Amino acid sequence: MTQDYSDVLVVGAGVVGCAIAREVSRYALRVCVLDQAGDVAEGTTKANSAIIHAGYDAAPGSAKARFNVLGNALFEDWCRELDVPFIRNTSLVAAFDDSDLAALHALKTRGEGNGVPGLQVLTQDEVRALEPNISRAVIGALFAPSGGICCPYGLTFRLAEHAAANGVVFHFERRVVDVTRAPDGLWQVTTADGGVFRTRAVVNAAGVYADELNNRVSTQKFSITARRGEYLMIDKQYAGTFRATIFQVPTPLGKGVLVAPTVDDTLIVGPTAEDIDDKSDTRTTADGLRKVVESATRVWEQLPMSGVIATFSGLRAHGDRDDFVVGEAPDAPLFFNAAAMESPGLTAAPAVAVWLAERIGEKLGAQRSSSMTPCPVFPKPFREMTDAERVAAITADPSYGRIVCRCENVTEAEIRAAVRSRIGARTLDGVKRRTRAGMGRCQGGFCTPRIITILCEELGLTPEQVTKFGGDSRILVTCGTRHAETDSDAACQTSSVERQEVSHD
Amino acid sequence: MTEIDVLIIGGGPAGLAAAIAAHEAGCRKVLLLEREPALGGILRQCIHAGFGMHVFKEDLTGPEYAHRFVQQFHALGLSAQCNTMVLSVTPDREVTTVSPTFGLQRFRAKAVVLAMGCRERTRGALRVPGWRPAGIYPAGLAQRFMNLDGWMPGRRVVILGSGDIGLIMARRMTLEGAQVLACVELMPFSSGLTRNVVQCLDDYDIPLLLSHTVIDIHGRERLEAVTIAQVDDQRRPLPGTEQRLACDTLLLSVGLIPENELSRAAGVGISAITCGPLVDESLQTSVPGIFACGNVLHVHDLVDHVTVESEEAGRQAARYAQEGQQARGSDIRVRDGAGVRGLVPQTVCAARVTDGVPLMFRPSAVFKDAAAVVRIDGEEVLRKRSRIMTPGEMVRLVVPKDTLERHAGTAELTVEVES
Repeated sequence: MTQDYSDVLVVGAGVVGCAIAREVSRYALRVCVLDQAGDVAEGTTKANSAIIHAGYDAAPGSAKARFNVLGNALFEDWCRELDVPFIRNTSLVAAFDDSDLAALHALKTRGEGNGVPGLQVLTQDEVRALEPNISRAVIGALFAPSGGICCPYGLTFRLAEHAAANGVVFHFERRVVDVTRAPDGLWQVTTADGGVFRTRAVVNAAGVYADELNNRVSTQKFSITARRGEYLMIDKQYAGTFRATIFQVPTPLGKGVLVAPTVDDTLIVGPTAEDIDDKSDTRTTADGLRKVVESATRVWEQLPMSGVIATFSGLRAHGDRDDFVVGEAPDAPLFFNAAAMESPGLTAAPAVAVWLAERIGEKLGAQRSSSMTPCPVFPKPFREMTDAERVAAITADPSYGRIVCRCENVTEAEIRAAVRSRIGARTLDGVKRRTRAGMGRCQGGFCTPRIITILCEELGLTPEQVTKFGGDSRILVTCGTRHAETDSDAACQTSSVERQEVSHD
Repeated sequence: MTEIDVLIIGGGPAGLAAAIAAHEAGCRKVLLLEREPALGGILRQCIHAGFGMHVFKEDLTGPEYAHRFVQQFHALGLSAQCNTMVLSVTPDREVTTVSPTFGLQRFRAKAVVLAMGCRERTRGALRVPGWRPAGIYPAGLAQRFMNLDGWMPGRRVVILGSGDIGLIMARRMTLEGAQVLACVELMPFSSGLTRNVVQCLDDYDIPLLLSHTVIDIHGRERLEAVTIAQVDDQRRPLPGTEQRLACDTLLLSVGLIPENELSRAAGVGISAITCGPLVDESLQTSVPGIFACGNVLHVHDLVDHVTVESEEAGRQAARYAQEGQQARGSDIRVRDGAGVRGLVPQTVCAARVTDGVPLMFRPSAVFKDAAAVVRIDGEEVLRKRSRIMTPGEMVRLVVPKDTLERHAGTAELTVEVES
């Protein structure tokens, strides 16, 4: 049983929750964040298109439209402050026929109404001049200069680190099962493991589960459907094929399949849009992946199937109000929603966070502090260094000269730093998302044993305790380990494994 | 900037043989770079036997085979730098490396031998749908866990693909007490060596399910089961043939990809079929002074073939370092005919051949009572009969020098399989 008190408790350590936590940490308030997973960014944040939308899609007057355009404008500053990549690579919405062209003009008008800068409808020649590798079937496009790309989980790690550096406490593997109002007026948040967290204000950033939380405390109920999107990642051998994010004319289910470069030089292709009942079902399907390929080849005719390095799916939190639910629940004072944040949720996250933090600060009567501990400085990735920087880094720390991940040129120093930070990696996936080790074309085929060893050294684990992403996602089974010498024979029934072991120790 | 005569990238069987041959050809400034802490390459983890039958007429394990070359390498006084990762190779053969000991280094080489080997194809490349739990590994990674680290990756195993590493791992995991349920192969034939099918599957009663594949993966955290299904002749799963196999481990042995990222960045032309550099009879790539051999050039079946090929690459690199680029006569284009995939080399200059030119390829399917036929401008010049040819086993034909000379000035050499 845990007893814990805070002024503000954020449920959900995705990009929205971490952005809010970081912004609220500017106030003189005790803040904590709870997440059911073992790390930040384990839900929608780790598996989405990574696009910073211009803002022409959302219905005028909606929260989506407002926070999209505001959030987009904040991205440069936020990413610079947190030292994470952000590229304003521009967006195109591709048209294939006359009805698409008409739709482009409607999108342009809508976008202008939303305050999106610089929208233009381009001819085929103009499109081809910008994107020489685009299919000739594309006869025109809407050009949005403010479209961008970022790394959603990279951004979230830094937001969490910055929040933690300013006193925010993170509790992982804490699944919230109940929120009630205690007799003394505080909120009482109960977790599946029996933890009780008492807090003045609750922020509901629980992603696809946010409806369940809201509906426990408010009569203003809403419902969230998990809308699954499947994706393909294409090897960076094809970097430069497209500069802009290329959308197709949107459908009622979403923005359709896009083709986009990532800030890491790979290309992302997807997503599908499929409403599913199980809010944790992140499977990929043969059908879904086929649809992605079929749709993407309309834009990228030569989509290189041999260049696919990974497939994955993510869930968008689609609300039945067809808009974000942002703000204090009308009948539940000090319960704040940041819910139903499907696309453009990532783009909107900074604006939602700033706006909500102001409301929360005001409601709790807290002072906004004039200064804040800056975001901790992380070692620059070796792959981004100049030669002079590399020489200096290796001189200071020789482990900067040891490449662990050969596909992404990630060094031992970076991996150890990712484990040692405040919100450090505890798993293979945690290392992967923080450093890109294991995220390249061999997908960990060579570096996995090295990373297991580093995690063991840093965290005092045995290799059998190392997981892919927490829980029971163990990489190895317990038998015939390096510890065979200290364990009794009874620990292992396969004697040949031990013999093997002895010969290597 | 350090000046080198022949710089070899990769310290596996290919790099070792090339270095030794370059030294024996008279080059004294030979340097081998290896990213791992020790020489030997992937042979270090291949603790099974079956290596060296051709080169040594002995049945050796991988580490034993590698050791012979490492010993010879050191006996000749050759130098290698381990823990050293090559970051880039330029077309004028400037090589940048990084290591914890020496930091950033730059070399300029008169000749470079690419011997980086290959990597395994991943689940992503196959687009196998389903969950993404722990317990799904390329077979070579599982081999490394077991044979170098002493770790056990799982207990109930399904193997997808019948490449040699998968077959070897079926036996290896069985010997360590795991239960291997099946080896599932999409094609109607194994892509591995026949002897491995017999010795690693048949001998342990592990079923080889041809024309089958994995169509779904179950288990949110650790793998719990896979669904397999039979496929039709278009490799599409056949409804009604699905079978769920409870397992905690899925090993993938679905193909190897030559690691040519450095080669591409150096401007080396790459074959769409072999995924390795396009080379001439001297194993020189499209960039003068850059040579390639071993699995980075094309994925081999036997290490013995790698050794023979790499010795030639080492000799030719030494010659280039000593004499520079030689004038070339006209090139004969080498073309895959029916039943043939991935002929290496892709061009031959008759005037520059010393003894004969070895041509290597993989049959595109299983052929019984077949013959590999070499034709130069349509005229048959060589025929090699075989009771059986399979994609898992390479065919090696040596076209004699005098044959090539008789056809000087011709345009095209083709090889085809007749059955």
